[in-house]
Amino acid sequence: MQARGRCWKFGDNIPTDMIVRTDMIFKPWPEILKHVLETCNPEFPANVKPGDIVVTGKHFGQSSGRAIAAKAMKQTKIGCIVAEGFARTFYRNGFEIGLPILECPGITEHVSDGDVLSVDVESGKIVNETTGYELQAKPTPPFLLDMLKAGGLIPMAERLAGERS
Amino acid sequence: MGKTFAEKALARAAGLSEVSPGEIVDAYPDLYMSHMASWRCIRTMEKLGTDKLYDVDRIAMVMDHISPAQTAKTADDQRMCREFAQKKGIKKFYDVNAGIAHIVLSEAGHIRPGMVIIGTDSHTTIYGSLGALGTGVGFSELTAAWATGKLWMKVPLSVKVVIEGPLARGVSSKDVMLKLIGDLTADGATYCSVEFHGSYTEGLSISDRMTLCNLAMELGAKNGFVRPDEVTRSYLTGRGVKPGDYSEIHPDADAAYAKTVTIDGRRLTPQIACPHAVDNVKPIEQVAGTKVNQVFIGSCANAKWEDLVEAAAILKGHKIASGVRLLVSPASKEIVERTVRDGTYSIFLEAGALITNPGCSACAGDGGVMADGEVTLSTANRNFQGRMGSYQAEIYLGSPAVAAATAIRGVITDPREFMERK
Repeated sequence: MQARGRCWKFGDNIPTDMIVRTDMIFKPWPEILKHVLETCNPEFPANVKPGDIVVTGKHFGQSSGRAIAAKAMKQTKIGCIVAEGFARTFYRNGFEIGLPILECPGITEHVSDGDVLSVDVESGKIVNETTGYELQAKPTPPFLLDMLKAGGLIPMAERLAGERS
Repeated sequence: MGKTFAEKALARAAGLSEVSPGEIVDAYPDLYMSHMASWRCIRTMEKLGTDKLYDVDRIAMVMDHISPAQTAKTADDQRMCREFAQKKGIKKFYDVNAGIAHIVLSEAGHIRPGMVIIGTDSHTTIYGSLGALGTGVGFSELTAAWATGKLWMKVPLSVKVVIEGPLARGVSSKDVMLKLIGDLTADGATYCSVEFHGSYTEGLSISDRMTLCNLAMELGAKNGFVRPDEVTRSYLTGRGVKPGDYSEIHPDADAAYAKTVTIDGRRLTPQIACPHAVDNVKPIEQVAGTKVNQVFIGSCANAKWEDLVEAAAILKGHKIASGVRLLVSPASKEIVERTVRDGTYSIFLEAGALITNPGCSACAGDGGVMADGEVTLSTANRNFQGRMGSYQAEIYLGSPAVAAATAIRGVITDPREFMERK
């Protein structure tokens, strides 16, 4: 699992309420996607490209554990999220829905918004191609990597169920 | 080396003799709670192509967050849950009249010391008030537990919070937690188990323990915990749960904590969380006088019977300020009944409050939203931008006593002003 793209850099403690606004939760996806993270950076929903990399400060996805926040991030087709740290419900939800996420303390010091990054999700190796700086994310437990590769918890359960029958 | 509460509870749920922080285990939770999202779990079951439930008696479903339904879609979702519960024989099913899941399940005696409980709600941490390990998960994960009975869990580090009491008059468990969240910040205990210790917690009411453990979530915690004692046992006995029906878990005296934090409750004053973050906390003197348009007394943090009585004691004999709306949403049907019987309900009506049906109400954006530029003082647990309607509105958080005093004056008011006069 490789990701390469433009870095979108965000701050600390971003709540799920700001990833997907409360009044957007029951709207159709195209409508939700026009507003993802818009209060943090209005350019993001308008210009995010498939494969781009979101870099955030600590405690990303705090507040409500609503999975739609992680799903909305996945729907933008970003390559992965690299954070100083995640709120625990967002961390679980990320793997549950198959959104590649990595924790990398120190990341925000070494990347700027607009840099080009490449990330190897499995090994956790992150390269800032703009500056040449390399970082190593915290390792992801193997069973969570399996879940990611399967596309999330439910696809993995379906696959396991298929193998049994 | 001794073990913390979370280490012992997860070892038990995983069937292991002992576990250590950082270890990932397959835990078999004792209860799976789902609310409005239950219909998503049912749909996910269909996708999984299985119909088999691991243990129907571990499933609890409460139709909160939106109650009653506001759209045909929600009505349809709720019908799906109702029919599923009936077809599968889910006995712990509570419909739209019951109230907020956390409070309803506690009152019904389903939450017991030593249990591990997962719920499709971040404030599932509240079950630590009854000595259980409660933690929030996504609905797909909950569905997986319906089918397989188990879920991966990382054994958390534990944080020990020592609260010394008693608190001064006009100061409550809400103020303790706001102070703690302000000091430690919103990620002060991310992924940790927060244990509450100290003289304040000894003999503390279950209602106040609920406020402590509920708000532990706003520190980023995995779960909260107050040691079960006579108060816990007597609460449970009152709910038809006998001591033989559960097995308490207590942390060892020499357990290892990632950090220990002490709060001197005796010197604490009322605290307010200011817009737009729960950790933006100031002593009330710094924000007193801020004009409000709405006061909301509700949520799983602070709409229990004790909270309503605390607010009513200040409101009694007063009218709310002209032009201010006071919204009161009791946490459960049982609490409504009790306030009707003891006259608390009438005090709110006479003061000019709008009392809604029991449920999550304005805290979940289910009615009671604000227009651009408006301000609400709320007893809930979150004040993020856009949580109660407009993004151009502001939410301040405080205790039920602060809410009552604020409703009377129309500006954020220190409740001790009313207490000293009496």
